[in-house]
Amino acid sequence: MVRAQPLKDHWKEQRLFLSRVIAAAVIVTLLTGGLIWRLVHLQVVDFQRFSELSHGNQIDIAPLAPTRGLIMDRNGLILAENVPTWQLVAIPEQIVDLEAHLIELEKLELVDPADREVLVDLVQSRRRFEPVTLANLTERQAAIFAVRRHHFSGIHVQEGLIRNYPYGAAAAHAVGYVGRISQNDYEEIDRADYAGTFQIGKTGIERAYEDHLHGYSGYQEQVVNAQGRVITDWSSNPDAALEGRLPEPGRHVVLALDIRLQRVAEQALEGLRGAAVAIDPRNGDVLTLISTPAFDPNRFAIGLSGAEFAELNADNNLPLFNRAMAGRYPPGSTVKPFYGLAGLHYETLHVTEDHFCGGEFRLPGSSRIYREGPGGRHGEMTLHTAIVRSCNVYYYGLAVELGIDRMAEFMTAFGFGARTGIDISGENPGLMPSREWKREYFTTRDQQAWYPGETVSTGIGQGYTEVTPLQLAHATANLAARGVRYRPRLLVATEDTETGEANPIAAEPLAPIADVSPEHWQLIHDALLGATTETRGTALSSMGGTTYTVAGKTGTAQVVGVAQDEKYDAETLDEQFRDNGLFLAYAPVEDPRIAIAVVVENRGGGGRTAAPVARRILDAYFGTEEYVADLAEF
Amino acid sequence: MDYPLLLTILLVAGLGMIVLYSAAGESSSAIVRQGIRLGAGLVAFFALAQIPPRYLRLWTPWVFVSVLGMLLLVMLVGDVRGGAQRWLDLGFIGLQPSEFMKLAVPMMVAWFLHDRSLPPKLPQLFVVVLIVAVPALLIAEQPDLGTAVLVVAAGGLTILLAGISLRIIAGLSIAALVASPVLWMFMLDYQRTRVLTFLNPWEDAQGAGYNIIQSQIAIGSGGTFGKGWLNGTQANLGFLPERSTDFIFAVMGEEFGLVGLVTLLLLYLALVGRGLYIAAEAQDTFTRLLAGSLSLTFFFYVFVNAGMVSGILPVVGVPLPLVSAGGTSMVTLLAGFGILAAISRHRKLLAP
Repeated sequence: MVRAQPLKDHWKEQRLFLSRVIAAAVIVTLLTGGLIWRLVHLQVVDFQRFSELSHGNQIDIAPLAPTRGLIMDRNGLILAENVPTWQLVAIPEQIVDLEAHLIELEKLELVDPADREVLVDLVQSRRRFEPVTLANLTERQAAIFAVRRHHFSGIHVQEGLIRNYPYGAAAAHAVGYVGRISQNDYEEIDRADYAGTFQIGKTGIERAYEDHLHGYSGYQEQVVNAQGRVITDWSSNPDAALEGRLPEPGRHVVLALDIRLQRVAEQALEGLRGAAVAIDPRNGDVLTLISTPAFDPNRFAIGLSGAEFAELNADNNLPLFNRAMAGRYPPGSTVKPFYGLAGLHYETLHVTEDHFCGGEFRLPGSSRIYREGPGGRHGEMTLHTAIVRSCNVYYYGLAVELGIDRMAEFMTAFGFGARTGIDISGENPGLMPSREWKREYFTTRDQQAWYPGETVSTGIGQGYTEVTPLQLAHATANLAARGVRYRPRLLVATEDTETGEANPIAAEPLAPIADVSPEHWQLIHDALLGATTETRGTALSSMGGTTYTVAGKTGTAQVVGVAQDEKYDAETLDEQFRDNGLFLAYAPVEDPRIAIAVVVENRGGGGRTAAPVARRILDAYFGTEEYVADLAEF
Repeated sequence: MDYPLLLTILLVAGLGMIVLYSAAGESSSAIVRQGIRLGAGLVAFFALAQIPPRYLRLWTPWVFVSVLGMLLLVMLVGDVRGGAQRWLDLGFIGLQPSEFMKLAVPMMVAWFLHDRSLPPKLPQLFVVVLIVAVPALLIAEQPDLGTAVLVVAAGGLTILLAGISLRIIAGLSIAALVASPVLWMFMLDYQRTRVLTFLNPWEDAQGAGYNIIQSQIAIGSGGTFGKGWLNGTQANLGFLPERSTDFIFAVMGEEFGLVGLVTLLLLYLALVGRGLYIAAEAQDTFTRLLAGSLSLTFFFYVFVNAGMVSGILPVVGVPLPLVSAGGTSMVTLLAGFGILAAISRHRKLLAP
């Protein structure tokens, strides 16, 4: 250090330094104060807010799905229940070689090889600790896996509940089924309520009473870390006073349906395309509502693959189609009691006179021939015998005198041409033709006009008229109850799952047919009883020897028009163009408790095809031996 | 031996270990490792405390030049870790020469001003600026903005203590303000993001702002008395990032609350106060400036880290002194305190 330096003034330098140190100490203190001020702001002033944010960070809400209510028939037999199921799940982080595991599982037939790619994708896209469902297992499959569990690290069996329909196809259309919640479903429901639920009612009762059946989700708070993994051994945390609410189970639903009767109907219709509906005329209870062929709703609950659904959908016999409510059929001669009643009610001349049936009918000034049915010539006919023997010619004349306006008005009062308002969806209104309807439905002036010939066809339930089996059963119930009407219903009560307390639903009366005189009702009832009891009655063969009195009317409806000079020949027609058979009945005649409509497609006359089905249902209902034997099965 | 100094250091380090045990997920191995670092730091502390400051002064230019040489070496052959070239691999240990600059720069500045009359004149200031700027730029280039800022701070604080006139301070402040847009242009993208994030962390709460938001949630949710040791949910459930290193202040805030943080800050304040007292008592320019600058730099550390974690400063990778897990920082800090202890010990011998 030999450089020339100005002399250091030690005293002055020390004072300067000291002043700087003091200034620094003051600044340090101030800055520390500033930090503390900030901390007070964070930890005292905004404590509440940060505390909530911290709580929100670590608390995840796990939804708890409610247990779906049961569906029971009127006798308490279970139509839809929840049974344990086994799901094969993979936990991605525990798996070393997923593909190898999948191949092994495929060999055991636990996993569908077609799903392999999808599953690999799925496992790779999830968070490492979130279970991925590989397949639903049957009890047997679960057992197969259980003994080999040690070969599969990271693959587990998880228990859950799945909807089960013990009667399978028997009540498929009425009860419906549940399926995976779709995007459309989500638009109609409160997502929060379905947070833990993965299935929802899709059709039938399952859909109509979804609100009752589903219940309300609960939740359980759980501690999660930053990755979302649930921490189960976190007890020391004062924040984690975990809250929860138990789910509120859905209500049980009790139906008017009698599953034993339903099973009898299913057996009676086996191998046929058809439908049967039975209604209690005293309250509108739908005792039976069946459409065959049907499908197994359990396949939907388990989850149908696209291919399986396509196969069901493409089936020519339309198993997914609910014929009982959506099938439209020409009613044929089953309309005769109604038009007969109309003839009496409107005091037509026609019903006061005898008429000769020569096998054909011509409108005045027309060459068109309206034929009698296969019965040929009936000879002298009264209203009574025309119903008992089902004479078309008698009704052609009656229709002409009634005219389409009065016919339409009268039939509409019985519910023809409109939805009955049953409490499940999918109902078709059918069609009761009228002048107004033609005017609105058609576009050209030519077609819009109502022609007298059309009135003639309408008189025997052909032409434009179309009914659903449900409509026909409903109208039959109205007829049986002499004009007292109830809305057909499947739901009769809901029941609290826990207390068992039932909440019965009152039957809903509809506008009665009040102005028809009691004698007129009686005349028709007598004629329908005659059809099942008199020597030449159309339903005698199928209804002979009953222990109860039964009123019935057969119907045979052409599916295709037969040209003037052609003869209907069942043998030469394709099966799908053969006649439909119909039958309506109620019993006992003096105090009806059950009204039935049956339709059998393309098997010919109602007396031979549809009436036996009704007979078996009635026998079952009135408890003959056969029915008792049937009961023992369940 | 300056026992008040040593005792306060041990208190802070002990408190740090307790917090670290929780922050590291109740890992005792983390504590053992931190204990080893503390041990190594204490060895440096006691060794340096034995060296009379005048020897230290004589060695200063050599120390500075060799650390500068190491920095250049890092630039050429350094290990790249986490995108930055900061380490010299010596085979058995990774060395971070930039850390040593935190000591070497204030020593060099103090050395340079020792013989000169204070306050320094403008040409001398120019030299001092070079002493600070060259290593700072080398470190910023690695890139290690945090350490560069600390090195600049260490040098700058020395100059301030040297009695630089207030006019120059004002002038420099204005110059800095004017230069900040230029600085902005030279900043790397991630550095710019940090500044923007600091200004509004909620802008990208799941991305860039995540750390700072989670750290404020941790501190804020601790409240006055904290959630209790080992009970910090933010820390233990992984919401808080870097919780055993840069963000350990937030862990302490969450578990020990305002009371814990104020206690820690007061302990730091006591350390800084003790250091300034030693500086005020020191007998020559070199020791005075060095002691003062080491103390103030230490406070700067604390303020930058606590300020960043509590959201009043942008995120800069500065550990919380004596508490954050990490070896180099611990050793450098304790070495600095060792120098302070030496200055404290030898002040009376040099009394005029």
